[in-house]
Amino acid sequence: MVNITLQMERCKGCGICIANCPKDALAFSNHSNHSGYEYVQVNEETCVKCGTCYIVCPDGVFVFTETITE
Amino acid sequence: MAKYTKYPELLSPNGWCPGCGYGIIARLIYEVMEEKGVSQNHIYVGGVGCNANLYGALEGGNKVECHHGRAPVCANGIKALMPDTFVFTIQGDGDCYAIGMGETIIAAHNRFPITVFAVNNANYGMTGGQTAPTTLTGQVTTTSPKGKEGKPFDIIPQMRALGVDYCARGTTASLAEIRKLKKYITKAIDLQLQERKYAFVEILSPCPTNWHKSPLEANEYIMNNVIKYLPLGEYDTSKEE
Ligand SMILES: Cc1ncc(C[n+]2csc(CCOP(=O)(O)OP(=O)(O)O)c2C)c(N)n1
Ligand code: SF4
Ligand code: SF4
Ligand code: SF4
Ligand SMILES: [Mg+2]
Repeated sequence: MVNITLQMERCKGCGICIANCPKDALAFSNHSNHSGYEYVQVNEETCVKCGTCYIVCPDGVFVFTETITE
Repeated sequence: MAKYTKYPELLSPNGWCPGCGYGIIARLIYEVMEEKGVSQNHIYVGGVGCNANLYGALEGGNKVECHHGRAPVCANGIKALMPDTFVFTIQGDGDCYAIGMGETIIAAHNRFPITVFAVNNANYGMTGGQTAPTTLTGQVTTTSPKGKEGKPFDIIPQMRALGVDYCARGTTASLAEIRKLKKYITKAIDLQLQERKYAFVEILSPCPTNWHKSPLEANEYIMNNVIKYLPLGEYDTSKEE
């Protein structure tokens, strides 16, 4: 299973990932990180783990990890 | 599904503005270095400007900060002494085509096997958005308040005239273009590692802060305006007649 994690402290609130997500699974969270940027949040119900957000984010916010279940 | 776990470990949090293209460029170059096994064994020869954030942001390898404009010839010298080490430069457009035009041309002419990346954001980003040779016709900057007169400088015909084996222009401004850019970067790095050849890649990169645009508008500006003057694509002499 692929998991998506967001490192909110790295987010600069540029919105590029939100505009590129094919499933509209990303949105601003209405919360600020320690740098004062409004970070994004993911709706894990609609996210298909396509990795688009990873490619377009300039700040390395998205981390995908694979859990192998046997 | 590919595993993407390395990037945040390699690239520390950095001082670039929201939506700046430098973060994507750093990630792509680092991913390719990882794939080629040189992420810990390379020398990054850097310029002056907003790319200076890379000195702190990139983990692994060694770094040399050069005087403004001098990176490609410093890289030549380093490569001459350390022929088996992967040596690359990242500079801004002002660094590469204004103060450092001489060095950019002579390094391409010498064709020492180094890899040169020029980040073109059409202005002097770090110093507050002054006009650069690459500034578009009519573009308003702090030193062209009525819009720049004259054409933006296009490096690609110069590189082709110099006969370099590979040159390309990509951009970070869209998902599809980021994918293509990674291919250009891979090709350029492979040329040094496998064939001991010089390669040049220019990257059109948004500077939302000095363009006075939102990050999304800055990307649209590249895709709708900048690429009309400075077309995207690669020139690979090994594929030409
Ligand atoms: C010899 C010298 N002249 C001038 C400067 C001031 N200076 C610092 S950054 C910069 C412009 C950088 O523009 P560019 O190379 O396009 O990089 P960007 O910040 O846009 O990425 C200038 C002129 C300097 N540091 N050294
Ligand atoms: S992985 Fe794809 S679907 Fe999920 S948030 Fe990122 S862009 Fe959207
Ligand atoms: S692209 Fe990255 S930095 Fe920009 S809003 Fe999305 S997560 Fe934050
Ligand atoms: S001034 Fe421009 S180039 Fe420099 S960090 Fe900000 S957006 Fe990037
Ligand atoms: Mg610049």
